[in-house]
Amino acid sequence: MSEPQSPANARAGDELIEETPFTATAAANAPSAQAAGGRSFLPKSTLLRHLLILVLSAVGAVILLEVTDPFTNSQLASLTYYAIAAGGLTVLTGMNGQISLGHGALMAVGAYTTALFLGVDGEPLPLPVIFLVAVAISTIVGALVGVAAARLHGPYLAGATLALAVGLPGLALYFRDTLGGEQGLRVRAPEPPASFTNFIDLVSGNPASGTKWLAYVGVICLLITFFLLANLVRSRIGRTWRAVRDQEVAAELAGIDLGAWRVLAFVVSAACAGLAGAVLALVVRLAAPSGFTLVLSLALLTAIVIGGLGSLLGALLGSALLVFLPPFVTNLGGDFGLDQTKAAQLAPFVYGVVLIVAMIFAPAGIVGTIRLRWMTARAKRAVAGRAAHGG
Amino acid sequence: MTDAHGSTSLSIGADAGAGARTAPGTALLEVEGLTSAYGPVRALDGVTLSAEAGRITAVLGANGAGKTTLLRTISGLVRPVAGRVTLGGEDITRAPVEAMVGKGMAHVPEGRGVIAELTVDENLRVGSLFRGKVEKSEFDRVYDTFPRIAERRDNPAHTLSGGERQMLVIGRALLAQPRILLLDEPSLGLAPRIVAQIFGLLRKLVDSEGLSVLLVEQNARSALSVADVGVVLNLGRVVVTDQARTLMADEGLRHAYLGF
Amino acid sequence: MQQFVNVTLSGLIQGSIFAAFALALVLIWRSTRIVNFAQGSMAAATSFIALALIHSGQSYWLALVVALAAGFVLGAVVERVIVRPVEGGPELNAVIVTLGLFVAIQALIAIIAGSEFQSFPAPFGLRGFTFGSTTIALTPNSVFVLIAVLITMVLLVALFRFTRVGLAMRASAFGQEVARLLGVRVGRMLTLGWALAAVVGSLSGLLIAGGGLVYPAYMDSLIVFGFVAAILGGLDSPIGAIVGGLLLGLALSYVSGYVPRGSGLVNLAALVILMVVLLVRPGGLFASSTARRA
Repeated sequence: MSEPQSPANARAGDELIEETPFTATAAANAPSAQAAGGRSFLPKSTLLRHLLILVLSAVGAVILLEVTDPFTNSQLASLTYYAIAAGGLTVLTGMNGQISLGHGALMAVGAYTTALFLGVDGEPLPLPVIFLVAVAISTIVGALVGVAAARLHGPYLAGATLALAVGLPGLALYFRDTLGGEQGLRVRAPEPPASFTNFIDLVSGNPASGTKWLAYVGVICLLITFFLLANLVRSRIGRTWRAVRDQEVAAELAGIDLGAWRVLAFVVSAACAGLAGAVLALVVRLAAPSGFTLVLSLALLTAIVIGGLGSLLGALLGSALLVFLPPFVTNLGGDFGLDQTKAAQLAPFVYGVVLIVAMIFAPAGIVGTIRLRWMTARAKRAVAGRAAHGG
Repeated sequence: MTDAHGSTSLSIGADAGAGARTAPGTALLEVEGLTSAYGPVRALDGVTLSAEAGRITAVLGANGAGKTTLLRTISGLVRPVAGRVTLGGEDITRAPVEAMVGKGMAHVPEGRGVIAELTVDENLRVGSLFRGKVEKSEFDRVYDTFPRIAERRDNPAHTLSGGERQMLVIGRALLAQPRILLLDEPSLGLAPRIVAQIFGLLRKLVDSEGLSVLLVEQNARSALSVADVGVVLNLGRVVVTDQARTLMADEGLRHAYLGF
Repeated sequence: MQQFVNVTLSGLIQGSIFAAFALALVLIWRSTRIVNFAQGSMAAATSFIALALIHSGQSYWLALVVALAAGFVLGAVVERVIVRPVEGGPELNAVIVTLGLFVAIQALIAIIAGSEFQSFPAPFGLRGFTFGSTTIALTPNSVFVLIAVLITMVLLVALFRFTRVGLAMRASAFGQEVARLLGVRVGRMLTLGWALAAVVGSLSGLLIAGGGLVYPAYMDSLIVFGFVAAILGGLDSPIGAIVGGLLLGLALSYVSGYVPRGSGLVNLAALVILMVVLLVRPGGLFASSTARRA
């Protein structure tokens, strides 16, 4: 290696260039701590800042849910479970560079657990407890998968998790008596508690329907998940994940156990998928194999890719697309004379096209591309400034 | 690799076409103001040099001087930001990499460039693919020149030693009947004895067959001992161009740029 | 004993199709270091083209030829237009692109042809040969499957071993830059490699469809089985892919033949086999000491 052999090598030496990603890679868009710290109107402390955002988001969510109609409420409820799962996947793929097509299957674990615990004879356990159990079980499954996945990368990991996505629903068919086979398990959604009815009455006076209750449950889960994830990615753990992703060799030389950190990322994202599955079971009121096909996993991948891998806000935006795009394109297809079942396939078609186009033209996603533009412009100004000073 | 094996019998200029010879001493490959950049980092900064027909031109310089980038830009693997490359008067600056060998330029990249998964024989055959049907006698001549690789013609190339690999890639380049041979660090990782053998062979090919060579080397002492002309590169710019023996004699220059 | 023979036979027949599909994956992996997850969808698309022709009254054989030709064109277009921009880039980008193609093609099939299950004809009989009073699980159609796979393999070996194009393709796969410097049009060779792989993939799609049901996602299992077979063989080795395919076919056949209600566990069994191989021998069953980071 006598000379700069590749652009990457040439860049590494130049501190200016290092913060200027000219080549956008799929997994190169994790937020940097400095970038976020620069906003002066928010508290300096990360935790305080996140708490403030949490409170503002909660208020915003209440307003949003109370000014929209019941149908939109149920759409927003769907948004929450997609976003919870996509948030977890962001940690895995965006921060840690691992891909998973198995998160649909992990959601199924959470959903079936919830369905089973809500379906017991007599009084079921309180909802938060059931959710915790669902998270715990999918975390265990995720840990098992993660231990295997930690040694894999790229296409190997994609193939292995693909096998998981295709294979795991088979269990529901095999244990037909417990898991309901092809038909799946109906989910008895619990009634909204009195405190919730009082709260809604106080806030807006709207009827506190079951749909609204489930939307609130989803929003609460989403806010808690994102609050925890946001703090996690800004912590030492998050920095280590990014080091494992970007500087594998250097991280290993620095004594970081790559495998353990990859397993941890998988476990965290599996926990999110489990919670997402639990919320999904409630909102959809059904846990069936047809709800957890490969297309679900690919939809989640689309959400995080379009939002820009590594950005929680991006994951949220991407999830919104998963909720609001299908009815839109299905109607569009209907207008062009497609029947209902065919028009319903337009959404996955768009997911696929989006994945391809995004990877070819904007591998950093929406949020990432904007951030990239901004950073490139800043770097250009810096170069121009340097040149002006005769450097 | 000795005369007994008849390296003089390797007649690379036998056919016309790409192998057409230019009169010795006239400029064959000309590089003018060549500039290449990786992002904003300039690896080559206005390099001008010419390689004459029937001569060995050695480009020397330390790590990072831009030597490899120079060869890669000439053969089109790196696209220049500015400048011009002509071969026998034809502008080849923007020609595709795949077309270069047809125009008479054979580039042996750094690290030898054997295709490890193919056998020795297949490696040679790949080198002549672009010419269409090639007489078996031409392969035999390469094997006669390099008996050590002839013994291993059906072995995968990854079983070869460093010196054997260098022989293989030079033999393969010669099968393309080039007007000019671009060699990137042929001495890298080879024992001095093998380096001397290979440089000796190059000299012989140039003197008896009229081949032209543009050689890039960090091992300046060995390179200057075989070259006709030396070009010293530093941080992407040409520092000095002169007869090889003049450069050898310039102690200050040697200390400053060539490290011996 | 008779059950064992039958289970083994059907395992080998299934396995030969897995082998062909795995071989297609390996061809692409060797040349571009990309696992083509869209290969199943691409094959399904060509099967539906064949089915449309058969429904319009054409013969099976014409439909087969047209479907394989369509596979060739599809493979070439996919490489040239969609995959080329991400070749040599971060591996995650290429993975995501082929996954996108996977779901897009599958949805497109459903939009054009509908999602219903449709029966796909077999060119030969589906009743097993009988010896005396026993009928074995070898049918005229499965003999056709075996012969078709065998011919494909022989043709591929001949192409790569004995032709100039084959040599250029191998050179492009193993040493892109060197091949370009030697005047090989590497881009064309990669396109050709994808096109040929798509033909082989399409063939396995047609073979597995014969006498069964097709729907847009009918190749989902096969992409998993093909991947597992390719991994068993080490992903880099065509011979390994073939052996891996046969072994996997046998293993899955034994699972579905001997485990009670085992047919529902076949996908899961493939997952278990894959995990064990990846953890114990990441380089495949036949890897030498040179352990690769999987």
